[in-house]
Order: sequence, then structure tokens, then C-alpha cells
Amino acid sequence: MSEAMRRSIEASMPWLVVVGLLVIWQASVVLLNVPSFVLPAPTEIWAALLQYRGPIFQHATYTMISTMAGFGLGIVVGLLIGIMIGSSRLVYAGLYPVLIGFNSVPKVALVPIIVLWLGIGQPTAIATAFLLCFFPIAVNVATGLATVEPEMEDVLRSLGASRLDLIRKIGLPRAMPYFFASLKVAITLAFVGTVIAETIASNKGIGYLMIQASSQFRVALMFAGVGVIAVLGIATYAIFAAIEKRMTGWAMRGKR
Amino acid sequence: MEDFVTLDNVALRYGGAKGTLALSGADLKIRKGEFAAVVGPSGCGKSSLMKLMTGLQPPTEGAIHVDGAPVSGPLSITGMAFQNPSLLPWRTLLQNVMLPLEIVRPHRHQLASRKEEYLAKARGLLKTVGLAEFEEKHPWMLSGGMQQRANLCRSLIHDPSLLMLDEPFGALDAFTREELWGVLQDIWLEKQFTTILVTHDLREAVFLADVVFVMSARPGRVIATHRVDLPRKRTLETTFDPKFIDIVHQIRNQIAQIREDSKAA
Ligand SMILES: Nc1ncnc2c1ncn2[C@@H]1O[C@H](COP(=O)(O)OP(=O)(O)OP(=O)(O)O)[C@@H](O)[C@H]1O
Ligand SMILES: [Mg+2]
Repeated sequence: MSEAMRRSIEASMPWLVVVGLLVIWQASVVLLNVPSFVLPAPTEIWAALLQYRGPIFQHATYTMISTMAGFGLGIVVGLLIGIMIGSSRLVYAGLYPVLIGFNSVPKVALVPIIVLWLGIGQPTAIATAFLLCFFPIAVNVATGLATVEPEMEDVLRSLGASRLDLIRKIGLPRAMPYFFASLKVAITLAFVGTVIAETIASNKGIGYLMIQASSQFRVALMFAGVGVIAVLGIATYAIFAAIEKRMTGWAMRGKR
Repeated sequence: MEDFVTLDNVALRYGGAKGTLALSGADLKIRKGEFAAVVGPSGCGKSSLMKLMTGLQPPTEGAIHVDGAPVSGPLSITGMAFQNPSLLPWRTLLQNVMLPLEIVRPHRHQLASRKEEYLAKARGLLKTVGLAEFEEKHPWMLSGGMQQRANLCRSLIHDPSLLMLDEPFGALDAFTREELWGVLQDIWLEKQFTTILVTHDLREAVFLADVVFVMSARPGRVIATHRVDLPRKRTLETTFDPKFIDIVHQIRNQIAQIREDSKAA
């Protein structure tokens, strides 16, 4: 098999798997006569998607905005905390255990508290997205900073570099691959956060749409909602994977 | 001539009171503008000696003076090429060579206004070591020897008045190495900075240096000092001079003796 052919097969594998799963799904629903309020066939879901495309688009946009706002906050705060933890042993000793403890709390449990403070609506969704996504960013940036090779630091220190110089010239560039890798994880978590908050405390967004559809027994519409979330998640992941590849090619030694 | 670098009875112990004693009772004097070489068996503390003199590592005992002042921390008048090239992988060769200019005063404040001049200087250095066409490459695209040569350029870019080289030519083939001896000698003859070279290659030490210090096995100290008064500028012909060969022989015998002794002990 030629190299080009193998690569194109490799690239089309995910699509083949998806199409295969859909075909099996459709066939089993039809053959086993599964009622559509239990499991709608892909064709029904597609029909629901087309029928409600207007509201779905609106709600999806709303979800997307909340997610991006929470994610943006997560990047800022995650970077700041990561830099502080990664560049100071004292902050590390004080903050790291607290962060680990915080991260082990299921965030769903916090949503009612957030609602109490921020009310029902977008701020709650943004806050939940933020809470879920800042942690991996902070931990990754801190790891990148804390694992700088002492030899590299010696090169700068021997020239009289200050702590700030070390962070700017070595720590941060060195932490960038870790940072971008964490963005892929964080954006997915931000989606999870937004949708969770929307299902609990919102009157807009995909999460809300699904709760509505559920109470009205519109099962196909619920699945359409799940599909939309999945597509949004994959798309944003792909965007950040592409950015990562552009920004940190040196870390891959040009392998990819 | 005055002494530019002095070590008085210096000891260095790594990792607390029970750690490795790398150096003990090391004495050494290097005059201003002199080219000194340090040789000795592997693990005797040569790289540690360099770290002490750059101020990266405080001595456990004893005193170190550079240019009349006690060393209490890194000095910006030093340029150092470490044994391990440690070029920054996210920077191109040219950017790596420019790095000291972003740190050392006054250059760091003149980066924008003197950019062209600095770039020309970095390119010039890369050219003298034969890396002109690789300036836009990243370090991991280069061989170990090429990285070492870039490392040498980086240590020279800010015109240090004290240059320290820790086995800068270790990963090079014999021909490139001898070529770079010439290059380094030319730069040194032109700028006359004080230089300390650590090397395993005794011919390299004698070829380049005015004075060669021989170190004992660990814990290291200076046990012999050889003055090399061969005329400058030295050429490869010099290496066939009986006087040259004689000094190399003396040092070789001394190191062989040290190795014997430390094996017996
Ligand atoms: N960071 C460190 N922590 C603990 N021990 C160290 C450290 N660096 C060096 N040593 C020890 O100090 C001794 C001297 O090491 P050094 O690197 O100075 O030797 P060297 O003469 O440069 O050897 P080589 O010629 O092989 O480069 C060695 O025994 C080594 O194990
Ligand atoms: Mg060494």
C-alpha cells in the first residue's frame, strides 16, 4: 500500500466509523421495531433537526457564547494560577493541595450555589463553564513551568537574568505546548459546564432545549440536541488542536 | 599583569554535609587577558569549577574573586558555553545566539535601536563557525557538533571579558575541531578577553592556552600548572614542534599517574 493511500484511509477512518454506527443504529431500530419514544432512528433525528433548525440554531448560538465566555475566563485565570504555582515553590505548597481538593468536588453540586448568587441565566452557565475548565489549564501551565531543565536556566542565570527574565524567556515558551494541549481538554469541559448549568438553571441554550424536549416527550429533538453538542465540541476541539500544532511545532520536533 | 580570576582554597560539596565532595583545596590564579586551560580525569570537578567561577554555585569553603571583587552571584561580564549546549528548542539558531543580548545590560535596552548591528554580529559569528546557512533552523534539526558551535557563538555575542568554555569541541570530528581551534584563537587574539577552557583533549589545551592547569581526581584540586610559551599565532605546524609535543607528554604522564593513584586508592 502506498504511503499516500494509507494516510487518506487513516484520515477517513473516523467518518467510516460514524457512518457504520449510524447504519447499524438505523438497521436495528427498523428491524427490531423499537418505538421512537425509546430510541428514534437517525433519519427521524435528522428530520427533527431540520424541522426545528431555527430554534436549535438560536439555542446553540447561546450555548456557544456562554461556553466561549467561560472558556475565556478559564484561560485567563488558569494561566495566572498556573504561572504563580509553577514559578514559586511557596505558592505551589499553599495553593496546589487546595486546587486538588476543589477539583475533586463534582461541579454539578456547585450549580445550585451559583444560581443562588448569579440567578437563572447566562452568568450561571458562564461561571459553571469557567469552574470546570480552568483547572486543567492551571495544572498544565504549572507543570510546564516547573519542569524546565535546570541547564537551560543556568544559561540565562549565568548572564545575570532575573526571575522574571527566566519566566519570560524560558518558562513560558517552554510551557506553551502544555498550555495548548490543555486548551483542547478545557474547551470540551467548558461545553459540559455550560450544558449542565443550562439543564438546571436557564431558559435558553441547548441544555434548556433538551429539558424542554424531554418534558414534552420529543425524543428525536433531544437526540438532535445531543448531536448538536457533539458537533460543536468536536469542531472547537479541532480548532484548538490546529492552533496547538501551529504554535508548538518545535515541541513535536516537526514530526507531525 | 594583575590576576583577573583567583580561587583560594575552594571546596565544593553537593547535596548537604554528606553529599559528594567535588572540589577540595582548589587554588588557581589567572591573569587578565590570559588563555587558561583546565584538564583532568573525568568527574574530577571541572564543570563544577566553571559553575563556581560564573557564580552559579556558591563554594562550600574558600573564596573566589573575579576582577578584584568576590563572586557572590552571576556576572554579566562572563560568557559561558556549557558542556551540554542547551539551546532553546523553540528558537532558531540565530535567535538562540541573540539570547544573551536580551538579558545582559546595556544591550537589552538597545535591542530595538541597534537591531541591525546585533543581527549582523550574530550572523558574522555563525559564519565564522560555518553555520551561516543554518541560522533559521531549530537546534533539534542540527547535529550535536553543530549545536556546540552555535553554543560557542552564543557565549561570545555580548563581548564578555571572561569567557568560559566547557568542552566546547567535544562532539566534533578531528578536522572541524582543529579548524575551530584556529577560529577561537583568532577571536581571542583580536579581543584579548580572559578565557578558561575545560577540555579532555591535551593537544587542544596546549595549542590554545598560555597556561594549563592539571586537576587531581575527585575531590579535585589543581596539582600542576604548565606555562606554554609557544609563540602566537600558533598554527597546526606548532603541534609538530618538539616543545609542544614535550608539554603534551608531560601532562599526559601526570594524568596517567593520577588515574593510577586513584585506582590504587
Ligand atoms: N548537581 C550535582 N549534584 C550532585 N553531584 C554533582 C552535581 N554535579 C556534579 N556532581 C558530582 O561532582 C563531581 C564532579 O562533577 P563535574 O561535572 O564537575 O565533573 P567534570 O570534571 O566536569 O567531569 P567530565 O569531565 O566528565 O565532564 C562528580 O562526581 C559528580 O557526580
Ligand atoms: Mg564536565
